[in-house]
Amino acid sequence: MVNNAKRYWLKFSESKISVLGLAIVIAFIVLAFIGKYVVPYPEHIGSFVDFNNASLAPSSAHIFGTDVMGRDIFSRIIGSFRNTLLMGVIVLIISAPVGFMIGVIAGYNKGKLIDTILMRVTDIFLAIPPLVLAMAIASILEPNLTNSMLAVTVMWWPWYARLSYGIASSLRTENYVIYAELTGARLPHIIFKEILPNCLSAVLTKMTLDMGYVIIMGATLSYAGLGEQAPAPALGSMISQGVKYMPDQWWFTIFPALTIIVIVLGFNLMGDGISNMLGTEES
Amino acid sequence: MSSLVKTIVKRLAWAIVVLIGLSIIIFCLMRVIPGDPARMALGPTAPEEIVELYRERMHFNEPLPVQYLYWLNDVAHGDFGQSTVTNRPVTADIAEFLPATLELVIWAGIPPIFFSLLLGVIGAMYKNKWPDYLIRFSSYIIIATPAFVWAVIFLLIFGYWLPILPSIGGRISMGFTVPPVTGLTVLDALLDGQGAAAWDAFLHLFLPALALSLSHIMQEARLTRSYMLENSAKDYIIMMTSQGVPKGLINRKFLLKPSIIPTVSIMGLDIAAIFGNAFLVETIFNWPGISRYCMKAILGKDINAVCGVVLLLGVVFVLTNMIVDIVVMILDPRMRQSRSK
Repeated sequence: MVNNAKRYWLKFSESKISVLGLAIVIAFIVLAFIGKYVVPYPEHIGSFVDFNNASLAPSSAHIFGTDVMGRDIFSRIIGSFRNTLLMGVIVLIISAPVGFMIGVIAGYNKGKLIDTILMRVTDIFLAIPPLVLAMAIASILEPNLTNSMLAVTVMWWPWYARLSYGIASSLRTENYVIYAELTGARLPHIIFKEILPNCLSAVLTKMTLDMGYVIIMGATLSYAGLGEQAPAPALGSMISQGVKYMPDQWWFTIFPALTIIVIVLGFNLMGDGISNMLGTEES
Repeated sequence: MSSLVKTIVKRLAWAIVVLIGLSIIIFCLMRVIPGDPARMALGPTAPEEIVELYRERMHFNEPLPVQYLYWLNDVAHGDFGQSTVTNRPVTADIAEFLPATLELVIWAGIPPIFFSLLLGVIGAMYKNKWPDYLIRFSSYIIIATPAFVWAVIFLLIFGYWLPILPSIGGRISMGFTVPPVTGLTVLDALLDGQGAAAWDAFLHLFLPALALSLSHIMQEARLTRSYMLENSAKDYIIMMTSQGVPKGLINRKFLLKPSIIPTVSIMGLDIAAIFGNAFLVETIFNWPGISRYCMKAILGKDINAVCGVVLLLGVVFVLTNMIVDIVVMILDPRMRQSRSK
């Protein structure tokens, strides 16, 4: 086991840039948990007004400057990490298993009626530009973080259904699956004990690679005003508010934008490293 | 060729099924909103009799499946209802705003493909040399940047600091008048023989189209590079190399075609993403398209307009995917065989 972990680590750290990605991701996750306690101005994360210090350019006291309300932008960016992380985790934790089950059941029953029904429904969901439907859903419901997560989840599961469908439909003719059937194994046994372990690396790789995209989706919804509402900080809404003050107060916009880029970059680099480590093809 | 025709017919039939499914989803979405739709349409001050009359006329008293059929009938006749934001029929709004978006999506979706193929081929040819490193390094950063962030960055650079490109001036500068024929300004200007107007319209398109396409250019460049490398390790290429066939000839004739097919086949997905991102990019650049219109409708809770536009984008997307699939089948003989079996 120790040897295995070491071997995986060697494979992962082959590319130094994946290690950089991992470092970014760890820093992001740690800050998401403890950010509140380490930022210079914790009270600025919520509703806070200090017009004497409003719109200050970056300085040693406020390294990313302050916004129109006089709140420290650095503290607000760190304060938004919790919800950013929550968005990615919740969306993937719901959509990946749901999509996986649908894909595996359809793939295992390839050619039967249930396959046709499940995969056709999946195709219909894939037939709508994801962001468009997510925005429509988020707009019809009350705009808040929970509903934006719901909207993205509704659009995300079909990708996992497709991925695991492809794998399951090729695995169902493998000898070990056929033997399990012949010895009278029940469906849950075949799905969870025979097929699941063989899909896991592909699904896990996709989950890490998707993390960055989900964060982009969440930031896009939040930019449109369909995510977390003020005064809670969110990277997307900070940018959209900052655009109004361009170009003079450029730091309102540039620092949250750079933060999104760095976080997504971290997840993408780490995802590449994991896909390299598990030997799964990038699809 | 007949198998190709058969596949196209099958694909068309399937597209219709998908569109019916899509219409059911959208109809459910419209009806899921809490509150009385008749009351919402007429406002809180309307007298109860009129609301009841409206309910009767719009079939809101019927069971849901019957309501769906009535709605589908209206939609099939091009009637999406009134927009509560513009107070006009949604169809009229769509007719006005759709061409600008189509033009943007076409420019953001099709010409960039050539750049991604070019970058992908360069990356594969100079594997692990500086051009490859440069492309890979920049692709990581470009892919990690959401389209709306590009739009904001371009606006900051070209709108304020370095105003060499138009950034928030609509589709064409004042002073040019282009007779609308196709609705696509660049094409219309060319058809009318106004070269200067066409160039001006192109410049207006440039930044929003670039913001929409940048991350796709780099994603597909990576894809093309990895398929080029994968295919160049195949037996038939190794055999040709060992027989002394010139490298350029191998690359051009035998390596490029199978390597670009996967790139072309995900174009449909890219176009979907571009449509989605256009919502914010159009708003940021003040581009008078359907997405900016729908964005306003979303924020104003204008359900008829939102559903009309989403359904329309679904139709456009399904058709695009169908065309892409057919192009792929024409490019790739293996696809034709496996489909016709």
